[in-house]
Amino acid sequence: MALYSDIVMDHFKNPRNVGVIENADGIGEVGNARCGDIMKIYLKIDNDIVSDVKFETFGCGSAIASSSMATEMIKGKPLSEVLKVTNKAVAEALDGLPAHRLHCSVLAEEAIKAAVQDYYEKNHIDYDRSQFPNCDDCEHCGTCR
Amino acid sequence: MKVYADNAATTQMSRTAIDAMLPYMERIYGNPSSLYTIGQEAAEALLQARTVMAKYLGCEAREITFTSGGSEADNQALLTGATLGEKKGKKHIISTAIEHHAILHMLKRLEKQGFEITLLDVPENGIISAEQVRNAIREDTCLVTVMYANNEIGTIQPIAEIGVVCKEKGVLFHTDAVQAAGHLPIDVKKENIDMLSLSAHKFHGPKGVGALYVRKGVPLTNLIEGGGQERGKRAGTENVPGIMSMAAAFEETCENMEKNAVKVAALRDKLIAGLARIPHSVLNGDPLQRLPGNVNFCFEGIEGESLLLLLDERGISASSGSACTSGSLEPSHVLLAIGRPHEIAHGSLRLSLSENSTEAEVDYILKAVPEVVDYLRKMSPVWRDLVEGRKEFLL
Ligand SMILES: Cc1ncc(COP(=O)(O)O)c(C=O)c1O
Repeated sequence: MALYSDIVMDHFKNPRNVGVIENADGIGEVGNARCGDIMKIYLKIDNDIVSDVKFETFGCGSAIASSSMATEMIKGKPLSEVLKVTNKAVAEALDGLPAHRLHCSVLAEEAIKAAVQDYYEKNHIDYDRSQFPNCDDCEHCGTCR
Repeated sequence: MKVYADNAATTQMSRTAIDAMLPYMERIYGNPSSLYTIGQEAAEALLQARTVMAKYLGCEAREITFTSGGSEADNQALLTGATLGEKKGKKHIISTAIEHHAILHMLKRLEKQGFEITLLDVPENGIISAEQVRNAIREDTCLVTVMYANNEIGTIQPIAEIGVVCKEKGVLFHTDAVQAAGHLPIDVKKENIDMLSLSAHKFHGPKGVGALYVRKGVPLTNLIEGGGQERGKRAGTENVPGIMSMAAAFEETCENMEKNAVKVAALRDKLIAGLARIPHSVLNGDPLQRLPGNVNFCFEGIEGESLLLLLDERGISASSGSACTSGSLEPSHVLLAIGRPHEIAHGSLRLSLSENSTEAEVDYILKAVPEVVDYLRKMSPVWRDLVEGRKEFLL
């Protein structure tokens, strides 16, 4: 049996939306090179809609695939829906991830949220902070503790 | 092109090794403990296999115990050293920070049982000195265990010198020679080795078979209780086909050792020279004191698992010390021990060659790796930070 599903391998080998957006409206970077994965998401936002999205990822196959899938899931969506994308939804869209790689989908969710939060902060838009993860809740690799 | 470059993980069985096991499955399938003819023929065969193993290790046949592989041999050696030590009230064991988990995890267990463990640090080249061992030996040291050659970075330890120190100090000396056996000349008597572990699948023999050499006079502690096989020290009906196959593979690899080493080391050095041209990369382990087939590099700004997956796409089987490939959160303890920072250790690649490797394969790898590294760097935010000067290059 292969380690990864066909969908994961497809998104890993042909990642969608790789790159950078110059003058992005929101940028979210999560993860830690020490832990072995960093995801960076760039958003272009028009009228509360994600009109463009790009990502850069340093990480394993499932991290790259999760980033790619997550960007596809939010492209063209209003922010209200973007904030509802969960790690579970990303993992399901990928037809599952091996148990010890699930944190990659968590990173994808967090990167998206961080980018939206960055957009809110930059534009002084009020938002509900409880919708965003905070660093203390991070259950990632723990090497920064 | 298909390129198998993970011979440190395991090897393809040789024709010789496969042929050597067949008679013991088809015709001479008797239990070596049985008194009728095909049982006794199997027992006779085992003795021959033991004699072959002993010949190429420089010991006597009765000093060889067959095991289920390298891990079992390592476990039994450590338990033996610990049991003998405990009897004399000596509960201190010396090893290194770069041992295989078959050693490190057993040492952890012994630590829980009240043993004190000293893991010697290694310098950046991954080679400890006999002086370090001498300085670490105490009144209550019962065992020194130092691997012959490292499975990740291929560095070869000064085993003969450590043997002299241990002999002088009267401390039992074990070496995990799983990566070295069949690839480097070993003489347990000349090198003052008391116990040595090896595993057949690292030299074109079958998986699940290995051996433990134990100097006569050192009573082994059993891991497996039961029948009286292996002089009562390792119960269970012997894996006769596997053992016969291991002995045949060992004989073949030892008879051809010099010739193979020259060929493989030339391919290794070509690979090292070629990969060193990738910017912001570093060779792990000593350039000279290393196994003939081992190549290990770190590439800054990328992660090893994605590198392996893309190489697999191109038909290349290799390995990495990244956390993702080990299923743990930490990258390779060996790369950390030689001083690579976490973020660098995640981006490692091990290529291990054998005498079946070819120059065309090396050329193919040398084309593929730089392309894949470049591709991954282009999508890496870490790499962007480095090239745009927001972070300092470490390599
Ligand atoms: C240095 C070293 N020790 C021990 C082992 C374990 O050997 P085996 O797989 O035969 O149990 C290996 C193989 O992975 C090894 O490389």
